[in-house]
Amino acid sequence: MTSEMVWMIVGMGVVTFIPRMLPFVLFKGKELPQFLQGVLKNVPSATLGALIFPGVFFIQEDIWFGLFGAAAAFVIAYLGANVIVVVLGAIAVLSVYSFFL
Amino acid sequence: MAELTVNKSASEFRKGFQAAISIAIGYAPVALTFGLLAKTTGLSIGETVLMSLVVYAGASQYMSLSLLTLGTGMIEIVLTTFIVNIRHFLMSTVINDKSEEDHLFNKAMYSFGITDETFSVASMKEGRLTTGFMFGLNLLSYMSWVICSGIGYVIGASLPQTLQESMSIALYAMFIGLLVPSMKKSIKIVFLAVVAGCFNTVFTITNALSTGWAIVVATLLSAIIIELIEGLKKKQRGNEHD
Repeated sequence: MTSEMVWMIVGMGVVTFIPRMLPFVLFKGKELPQFLQGVLKNVPSATLGALIFPGVFFIQEDIWFGLFGAAAAFVIAYLGANVIVVVLGAIAVLSVYSFFL
Repeated sequence: MAELTVNKSASEFRKGFQAAISIAIGYAPVALTFGLLAKTTGLSIGETVLMSLVVYAGASQYMSLSLLTLGTGMIEIVLTTFIVNIRHFLMSTVINDKSEEDHLFNKAMYSFGITDETFSVASMKEGRLTTGFMFGLNLLSYMSWVICSGIGYVIGASLPQTLQESMSIALYAMFIGLLVPSMKKSIKIVFLAVVAGCFNTVFTITNALSTGWAIVVATLLSAIIIELIEGLKKKQRGNEHD
């Protein structure tokens, strides 16, 4: 292990930890304005949308691979399955898909 | 009473641990590949595992490898990491708002484990977040990330090609599995997700923003626009009643 590399890794760790930790210090016990609270409540669903699109199209070179997997996950989730079942189901469907191609 | 509290936090920890199973499955192929790439980039096994232990943020770890290959300076790599990971600030603000009262030290401890994936699971959970739940959720996710990085380095592309390809859907399937139940309950959730997804797609395809920023800006735009529209609608309804 070179010490230069270790310092770089430690630096990366510090700058990653700061934004993760800071809100807990800054907003501790503080009541945020009503509008801001409303926006924050919207953030989780919006983040999920941004995490799924467009990333899911690009997981493999074949754009249909991601599209097909996403569709499978959507159907399984819509039927009311647990998240783990959705994950395993989508993997299974894509394994079958790539087996035949 | 003390025993009751201990039992409660033990069961909360277990709930968190169980909620992390999907994340652990999803991290496996990503971390295995990271380990393999780190080896081809010329990192030692110690450096590879240390990076996963200390940084624990997938996108920026991948990015650091490609920057190292390009011969980028250490300071620039650290700065890039900061810019990629600043989005966690928004996520931590949400988790802070949703979390139960506790010592700042405990919260600072579990804030280390906030990633796109643990955030998604925690923020979509009903009710308040307990420290026990967060520790359980973080522990299994973190273990999967760190251990699989090491395994990836040692045995290289370990999984059969087809399985590894199929597993690349895992995290996306998890996001969809988290989102769909709430979408069924409220049309607002559908709009929030679709609008943010559209913004992010536009930013990504036009290369207008780097990945980390694109997600933050798309999320905030969607969350603010839909909050404003909802506010306007409520006002209108209020006026009609007058």
